[in-house]
Amino acid sequence: MTNLWLYFSSPKTFYPLAGKLIPVFSLLAIILIAIGLYMGFAVAPTDYKQGDSYRIIYIHVAAAWMSMFIYVVMAGWAAVGMIWNTKLSDMMAGSLAPTGAMFAFVALWTGALWGKPTWGTYWVWDARLTSELILLFLYVGFIALRSAIDDPRRAARASAVLAVVGVINVPIIYFSVRWWNTLHQGASVSPEMAPKMAATMLWAMFVMAMAFWMYTIAVVLARVRSEILERESSTEWVREILARQR
Amino acid sequence: MLQIRDLECRRGDACLFSGMNFELQDGQLLHVKGSNGSGKTSLLRIICGLFLPAAGTVSWQGLDIRENRDEFNRALCYIGHLNGLKDDLTAVENLSIHARLTGTPATRDQIESALERVGLMHRAYLATKVLSQGQKRRVALARLLLGGARLWVLDEPFTALDVKAVSQLQGVMRDHLAKGGSVLLTTHQDVEISSSSHRDINLDTWAKSA
Amino acid sequence: MGEVSLITALRTVVAREITLAMRRRTDVFTTLFFFIIAVTLFPLGVGPDIEVLRTIAPGVIWVAALLASMLALSRLFSSDFQDGTLEQLLLAPHPLSLLVLGKVFAHWLLTGVPLVVLSPLLGMQLGLDAQAIGLLMGTLLLGTPILSLIGAVGAALTLGVRGGGVLISLLVLPLYVPVLIFGAGAVDAQAKAVEFGAWLYLLGAFLVMTIVFAPFAAAAALRISVE
Repeated sequence: MTNLWLYFSSPKTFYPLAGKLIPVFSLLAIILIAIGLYMGFAVAPTDYKQGDSYRIIYIHVAAAWMSMFIYVVMAGWAAVGMIWNTKLSDMMAGSLAPTGAMFAFVALWTGALWGKPTWGTYWVWDARLTSELILLFLYVGFIALRSAIDDPRRAARASAVLAVVGVINVPIIYFSVRWWNTLHQGASVSPEMAPKMAATMLWAMFVMAMAFWMYTIAVVLARVRSEILERESSTEWVREILARQR
Repeated sequence: MLQIRDLECRRGDACLFSGMNFELQDGQLLHVKGSNGSGKTSLLRIICGLFLPAAGTVSWQGLDIRENRDEFNRALCYIGHLNGLKDDLTAVENLSIHARLTGTPATRDQIESALERVGLMHRAYLATKVLSQGQKRRVALARLLLGGARLWVLDEPFTALDVKAVSQLQGVMRDHLAKGGSVLLTTHQDVEISSSSHRDINLDTWAKSA
Repeated sequence: MGEVSLITALRTVVAREITLAMRRRTDVFTTLFFFIIAVTLFPLGVGPDIEVLRTIAPGVIWVAALLASMLALSRLFSSDFQDGTLEQLLLAPHPLSLLVLGKVFAHWLLTGVPLVVLSPLLGMQLGLDAQAIGLLMGTLLLGTPILSLIGAVGAALTLGVRGGGVLISLLVLPLYVPVLIFGAGAVDAQAKAVEFGAWLYLLGAFLVMTIVFAPFAAAAALRISVE
């Protein structure tokens, strides 16, 4: 098992493996998105209070979950890279960041769209939305630091430190924002979700989250592949691949 | 004794050298040679533990320097391209701070005699920002005379020094070698320190033929 | 022997920072005046209604303190990096994280403490009463070291990076959020006559946590940046 792990943790063996996995995960993502959207838009019942506008949560909630998961996974890869000094984990961390940032943005965007019909305003200083916004800032900082440093090895190591510091802070930020929200209760309406959600609604959300996972894996693998080509461009095997494609 | 095993150094995409092996015994001087950009400074920084090699290990007295950093740092004195002096402080203050940081506090007399030896006693109490390049270099080199570092790693120590200072420094190095210390240096100048313990290595031997 | 020399080294680091700051006093005053000017801008922007100012005062003073201490960060390592003394610090035979802690402590004495000392004046300007001002000072005293510690990680990461000055704000400000919330929250809670002790405990807990973790992160970041 460990040997297998080591075998695939070298860029040279990982590159073709990733190439084979991308279509699989892409296909899974498409199928799951189709199922999830069908469940969410056709099967799940209309909300008695909010009508059909609530249906955006199938994207909103799944995207918000993903944005948080991805940050933790990213920091995990960053830590692995720091401890064992493996190139591939650095690339994983770096490739996850743009997707995580995108999901954070999507969560905010759909949150605003959901807010307009529900509370009559695009933005409320709700605890969840606010911490999502700060999470987006954390992603932006990570991406900015990574791209500001020219040397790829230094960029990877520096941003790994930032990701680990960030992930320790994420729960503190989350809870501090919640407490801040309770202190200033009068200022905003907290958009609590209906306490009892129909089982189909939960299932639809879960399927959408899985679909986003599959999409994330496919995109990240593709990004890692191109980064491998870029960073290993001086090696023999990459030259062979490039020569074959010409 | 300093041991270098299978060292590989990369700068960005370029591999500067790989598979490097050598040893530096006590009482020996090693002159690192190589063309521009062959990785002389990188090698010295790797040996000091300031730069992470792509592969390989550096060990001091048989122990990996990354795992015994404090121990190794006690034995090391590194003088790089930068002099490591605070412009706003005097030469004496700079040296005294350095001595205390390295765990070998020096008395004023010791510091003054070190400055005397590099011929800078008359500038000892001036802020180093008013000193010339060569004088600043001498203050930096006076660090070698304080504390008991056994391994000296010197990156172009003769830069900006005049003829007299160069021969003074050569004398200092000869004394250090005679006492069983070792020196690793790069320089473009042709210097002869001591014929018996002097060795050259050329980085171009390990350069990866691209 | 090892411990004695470590204490000597720590004392040397702190004393060195203070000596250097005393030879370039303007640096300390720039931060301080930035703090004063930033707070003064708010009444000019919001209007002189003392009731409004009183409600926003804790937030305004805290945000200004956040920005002021962030501006001072760029000096924390960069001059040492440029003249090579940072390399020498890295080669000292002591744990780098502790030396960093010493450096951050000195930095806090020079930039954080003046903010705390000056804050009553600004609090009065914005119509806070004596009790609120006392609490504000307390939160700043607990909170500004956190700003310096977290900031040190950001400063170490952006060392020698092009556009480092702007980049550091991007990295550090989101991480400052809990400090801002706990600090301004305590003063706000007191104004609303709610229990404010919890906020101070949280701030204290966060301070302990950053003292434990931040020096390690900053030391790791320094080793990476000096390469």
